[in-house]
Amino acid sequence: MSGVDLSVDLAGVALPNPVMTASGCAAAGRELDQFFDVAELGAVVTKSIMRDSRSGRPTPRMAETPSGMLNSIGLQGPGIDSFLANDLRWLTQRGARTVVSIAGSAVGEYAELARRVGAIAGVSAIEVNISCPNVENRGLVFACDPAQASTVVAAVRREVPAEIPVFAKLSPDVTDIVAIADSVMSAGATGLSMINTLLGMAIDPETLRPVLGGVTGGLSGPAVRPVALRCVWQVHAAMPDVPIIGIGGIRTGFDALEFLLAGATAVQVGTVIFHDPSAPMRVVSELAAELAERGFKSPAEVVGFAHRSGDAE
Amino acid sequence: MTVTHPVAATAQGGPLQVPAEVVSLGPAGDYLLLTLAAPGIAERTRPGQFAALAVGGPQSSMLLRRSFSIYRADPDADTLEIVFAVHRKGTAWLAELQPGDPVDVVGPLGRPFELPDQPVACVLVGGGYGTAPLFSLAQRLRVRGCAVHLVLGAASEPRLFGVAEAERVADTVTVTTEDGSTGVRGRVTDVLSDLVRRTHSGQVYACGPMGMLRAVAAVAADHDLPSQCAVEEAMACGVGVCMTCVLPVIGDDGRTRMTRSCVDGPVFAGDRVRWDAVGTVPADTVGAPTGGGH
Repeated sequence: MSGVDLSVDLAGVALPNPVMTASGCAAAGRELDQFFDVAELGAVVTKSIMRDSRSGRPTPRMAETPSGMLNSIGLQGPGIDSFLANDLRWLTQRGARTVVSIAGSAVGEYAELARRVGAIAGVSAIEVNISCPNVENRGLVFACDPAQASTVVAAVRREVPAEIPVFAKLSPDVTDIVAIADSVMSAGATGLSMINTLLGMAIDPETLRPVLGGVTGGLSGPAVRPVALRCVWQVHAAMPDVPIIGIGGIRTGFDALEFLLAGATAVQVGTVIFHDPSAPMRVVSELAAELAERGFKSPAEVVGFAHRSGDAE
Repeated sequence: MTVTHPVAATAQGGPLQVPAEVVSLGPAGDYLLLTLAAPGIAERTRPGQFAALAVGGPQSSMLLRRSFSIYRADPDADTLEIVFAVHRKGTAWLAELQPGDPVDVVGPLGRPFELPDQPVACVLVGGGYGTAPLFSLAQRLRVRGCAVHLVLGAASEPRLFGVAEAERVADTVTVTTEDGSTGVRGRVTDVLSDLVRRTHSGQVYACGPMGMLRAVAAVAADHDLPSQCAVEEAMACGVGVCMTCVLPVIGDDGRTRMTRSCVDGPVFAGDRVRWDAVGTVPADTVGAPTGGGH
């Protein structure tokens, strides 16, 4: 592809390209494997798994919004036992690199999940979802409080072998994302995934009531991309050595490049998968073309490039 | 986002994502009939499956796919036909399509209707344009030697779909309208019980709004007949990854789970869906919240 080598080193994990699926937008890869080879992706990031099976919220669970959507799924999932026996096993056998996203309602649950997942050979990394807005008690969004966030991350780090990177997934719904980033890095995170959805809502024009069964939900899609990019920019500016996975509304190869320029080492494609199930691999090839067009040979060359003064070019 | 070439499914017979092209678009009663040249999809399609269409073009601000049950799939012409009504922006965009326009299509999706092993008489019930998948089903059933009794219902005559075609594919046709503008005044379930009894039917199929399916499933159960109901649940992706199109369904183990209508449906056994609980999470659902909500 025009002499571009897309491989990246993400906190010590070698990936053939910097494009992953975003948690909650690709289930555990199996459905998308019908449209492209999931083993060719940088990695599959699985839907956040909790200790026990979980029904999630009542429908309606989604509402389309301009260039985005709201969801209030409520972390529906089969629980860790079924996940390990079925989903993770399938991904491993399929040869896909896997980042396992974990979510808990208490610190102990995160620690238990981290221990179980960390014991499985072939897990590329763990992503700690401390930022899902679809929890019963909004006060439980750990990522909105530096002390809570660092407690969870420290508990996870303690349970996971050192060679497995731990990425903390942050919420944009905070006043100072750099402060949260700093606290989770101090607690032992290897890197950061930014961003999770923004809390939002919509009202139905016919019923004049909230559209979502859960009333509020997480806003995602291209509509949130500028917010995500700003978060990546701010954190990279404050701590340039921290590996960042950029997430938020990536639809094209240039969108992915934008995140790299702002300071991300890798990216995740999420909501756009619902629009285009082959989007992740399309973004891979488009990113290669965007890099080639600008004379870059690898993604690593452009990480944080937008921060450098014009003279440096 | 428009793909420029078909994205082949790795699973045999699985869905394809193809750059389809509009062949024709025209009125059908109160509805619109859209014919798409969608390479490779028709030959994989079985009755009851659906297609998910991207709307608004490559730069669309409407991210969610619109899913429609497949009315006709013609492998020789390599075309798909869907029937739709204009509700909001997405379907309004579809209604403006011209022959030759590109549309990104994913299909066929979902579980089709299961066909009976024996040549039993079957009653097929459709509400509004929910009748769309029943015509190809009727043809398959008759090939297997099943007598087909079709019931088409709607609020009024223009809201019916496919009455003329029904005469060609079914042994008997019963039409109901709520306003009595044609056929029997009332609802499909007003005629269903008597029809099932008279025809000695062994199987009921249905497609239409949730309330109708619930009523049809109840009538079938009253007669100790199996029913297969194709649900119309709102979906974002149609392919099984978004988890928005769930409804409470009882599994083989007798336990209720929030089940995806896109990959585990849209066709469900009528006695497995917790019809009265659609839109809720019943307390005995696997993983239901123990206090408050999720």
